[in-house]
Amino acid sequence: MADYDVIIIGSGPGGYVAAIRAAQLGFKTAIVEREHLAGICSNWGCIPTKALLRSAEILHYGQHAKDYGLKLEGTFTADLAAVVARSRGIAARMNNGVQFLMKKNKVDVIWGEAKLTKSGTVAVAPTKKPAMQPQVPPPKGAKGEGTYTADHIIVATGARPRALPGIEPDGKLIWTYFESMVPAKMPKSLLVMGSGAIGIEFASFYRTMGVEVTVVEVMPQVVPVEDAEIGAFARKAFEKQGMKILTGAKVTKVEKGADSVTAHIEDEKGGKQTITADRMISAVGVVGNIENLGLEALGVKTDRGCIVIDDFCRTNVKGVYAIGDVAGPPMLAHKAEHEAVICVEAIKGLHPHAMDKLMIPGCTYCHPQIASVGLTEAKAKAAGYELKVGRFPFVANGKAVALGEDSGLVKTIFDAKTGKLLGAHMVGAEVTELIQGFVVAMNLETTEEELMHSIFPHPTISETMKESVLDAYGKVLNA
Amino acid sequence: MPTNILMPALSPTMEKGNLAKWLKKEGDTIKSGDIIAEIETDKATMEVEAVDEGILAKILVPDGTADVAVNEIIGVIAAEGEDVKAVAAPAKAEAPKAEAAPKAAAPAPVAEAPKASEAPKAAAAPAASTSGERPFASPLAKRLAKEAGLDLAKIQGSGPHGRIVEKDIEAAKAGGTAKAAPPAAPVAAPKPAAAPLAAGMSDEAVKKLFAPDSYEEVPHDGMRKTIARRLLESKQTIPHFYLTIDCELDALLKLRAELNAAAPEKDGKPAYKLSVNDMVIKALALALRAVPEANVSWTENTMLKHKHADVGVAVSIPGGLITPVIRDACHKTLSQISNEMKDLAARAKNRKLKPEEYQGGTTAVSNLGMFGVKDFAAIVNPPHATILAVGAGEQRAVVKGGQLAVATVMSVTLSTDHRAVDGALGAELMQAFKGYIEKPMAMLV
Repeated sequence: MADYDVIIIGSGPGGYVAAIRAAQLGFKTAIVEREHLAGICSNWGCIPTKALLRSAEILHYGQHAKDYGLKLEGTFTADLAAVVARSRGIAARMNNGVQFLMKKNKVDVIWGEAKLTKSGTVAVAPTKKPAMQPQVPPPKGAKGEGTYTADHIIVATGARPRALPGIEPDGKLIWTYFESMVPAKMPKSLLVMGSGAIGIEFASFYRTMGVEVTVVEVMPQVVPVEDAEIGAFARKAFEKQGMKILTGAKVTKVEKGADSVTAHIEDEKGGKQTITADRMISAVGVVGNIENLGLEALGVKTDRGCIVIDDFCRTNVKGVYAIGDVAGPPMLAHKAEHEAVICVEAIKGLHPHAMDKLMIPGCTYCHPQIASVGLTEAKAKAAGYELKVGRFPFVANGKAVALGEDSGLVKTIFDAKTGKLLGAHMVGAEVTELIQGFVVAMNLETTEEELMHSIFPHPTISETMKESVLDAYGKVLNA
Repeated sequence: MPTNILMPALSPTMEKGNLAKWLKKEGDTIKSGDIIAEIETDKATMEVEAVDEGILAKILVPDGTADVAVNEIIGVIAAEGEDVKAVAAPAKAEAPKAEAAPKAAAPAPVAEAPKASEAPKAAAAPAASTSGERPFASPLAKRLAKEAGLDLAKIQGSGPHGRIVEKDIEAAKAGGTAKAAPPAAPVAAPKPAAAPLAAGMSDEAVKKLFAPDSYEEVPHDGMRKTIARRLLESKQTIPHFYLTIDCELDALLKLRAELNAAAPEKDGKPAYKLSVNDMVIKALALALRAVPEANVSWTENTMLKHKHADVGVAVSIPGGLITPVIRDACHKTLSQISNEMKDLAARAKNRKLKPEEYQGGTTAVSNLGMFGVKDFAAIVNPPHATILAVGAGEQRAVVKGGQLAVATVMSVTLSTDHRAVDGALGAELMQAFKGYIEKPMAMLV
């Protein structure tokens, strides 16, 4: 008999949720972690960056106090060390929370690096990878080195920053998100390569903290996965804040100085320029952690750096599953969590519903925030739909104006033929908290009719969502 | 500009009708208001008035054509001086073809009519929702099914708890399953998803059971088809429940004789001649007023509690039956009911009732007493929740105070739609009815 029913490799949002669900369903469960319980999300990603951005946001409000009729006597400045310490403290709290959840659900934690040696067997060796500091120590009572067997092994090893050849992050002058999160001192100027969620959030944070920020994006728009109109709206807002943005531009070479980097940048038309900045952030995406897991020997199929899975997270090898970033895009914590539940419930034979990737929302916490779900207008058109598109600006929303946040836009895209909501795209204050309304609507397969029939509370920013739907059908009221 | 003559909708729910007869020929001059054709619906023959003036340039749908879809072009009127031949044909191609009829179950063709906004509602009411239960489907799935003419009851849902979602409709469309039944066919065939109700034997199978020349074959007219469809639908979708009660008639017969004897003369004839049935209509209406919970109609989502007791009265006519409605019968006098009934019955026999005279109603009376039938059970005619089957009034031996006595007794059986009227409620209604019949003076005040 195997030691465990289920062993999960990696304790990020995919892995630890899989462990909890497995334990709930009565499986004897263990989770292997080499560095930090709760994974990148809680330790070096989603959560600590939100902590940093919150500090920046409050700094921003302080600096604009007089817009609200408030007078701030004396100085109001950022204490960088304290801002970072707060962020680390919150990360540690998340880490401890998962530690508690593992204990509560009687999930064994095995500390070390895991390798599938043969079907159903995981060899755990002491961690070789140097841990990013500060590190929360492994939980007491964690098991260590050894060979463990399980009927089902779920690979949830996540992803790491992608490195471009010749522009590899060195942790000193060229940062990844790890170093970006714990700056010892504020650089005066910063070059951000890549304007996806990670890049643009750091750009937003550092800009608000007073750093001169230049963003270089190879695609023709910032936040390239988002709807073009939303991207253009956000870009204007960023530029108004003093961010410099180069799109359709590529960093071809980086020269490192003693305390600065000089990037050679080439635009689509062949125009060349150099930009020198104190520091550079490389945010050109992430790649799955598929190495040193023994996947090749077992014959687990991978594709472009990710493990190939079916609708229920099964790999081509019986008893081996994969979830989260390592199982392919979109590389988002909430996608990993959802896959975790599907994967474990399928193992239990509960016939879960497969995930529809089109219904996975995306949120970016720059200022202004960006949130979306479903198809962009361009993609919907390309898919052959005839569209009804609605828009509603925050400037026409009472609550947004009262909050002093009147810069924003909601855009909804419907299939003209059936009234199916194909996509929703938002930019502005708190939109990351609002997008779930459209996510639920899409999951319930509502049409424009149910959305129009729903009463949205007044005064809220959410009213912009309904107005956008009304606008798509020529029934907008407040614009 | 030539003007198209469209097949008119004689009632909001009409989807098609028969073009019985043209009263004008091609080339005839037509003035606004002229009667140009007769249309036969399931229950009535109606005249079509010309709205435009000109010359009847072309008849596109000849006399005696059955099942002409509403809004199909049936003819073309040319304006004075227009080349009649030139205007004749082109419009035809655009007209919704009769073959498109199966789709008529969905409101699609109707929706193209000018009344688009009203049409979906009207069509959805009786025909489209043949089901007993609210379909468990996403809004999008419902809309897609409607557009594709699919019957949700025949589609297996793959969503949470078996909810029918978009991809199930796509699959059904691809698989060609779950087509909604065409409206004329046993649409009624309600839903049990897994085992559809038996459609009955095929025509050929029935005919084979008889020697070839041993019968005459008469095609169904609109009324026969409607009766078949409506009653099949009623019996298959309405849980019937029956209550029989005996009513002594002696007091009522005595009162009736006195009332009739007292009728004033009008044009040399008595102003009214009440029948027992007229009094039954009034008694039932008053009983419904006394027990208003029984004066209801079932809909999937709500109970319609009627404010008036409108009593339909089954009238046998050649080739079938029809149920004209005495509106608000509890507020009408017996003589009013009697005279109205005579007029309706006479016009029913000529098939000249207007749809609004036989549609709706909140209950019905079916009386076969004149044929000596002692007792029978009638089929509820939705949207009614009840129907009263009235047997013959006959002298029977009854026991009164321990003694055998003779009384004139009439047995009546109430059929109820048990979804709307439960047993005890129906019994209460019958008790109230019996009260009015046996103490008929109460009907006069």
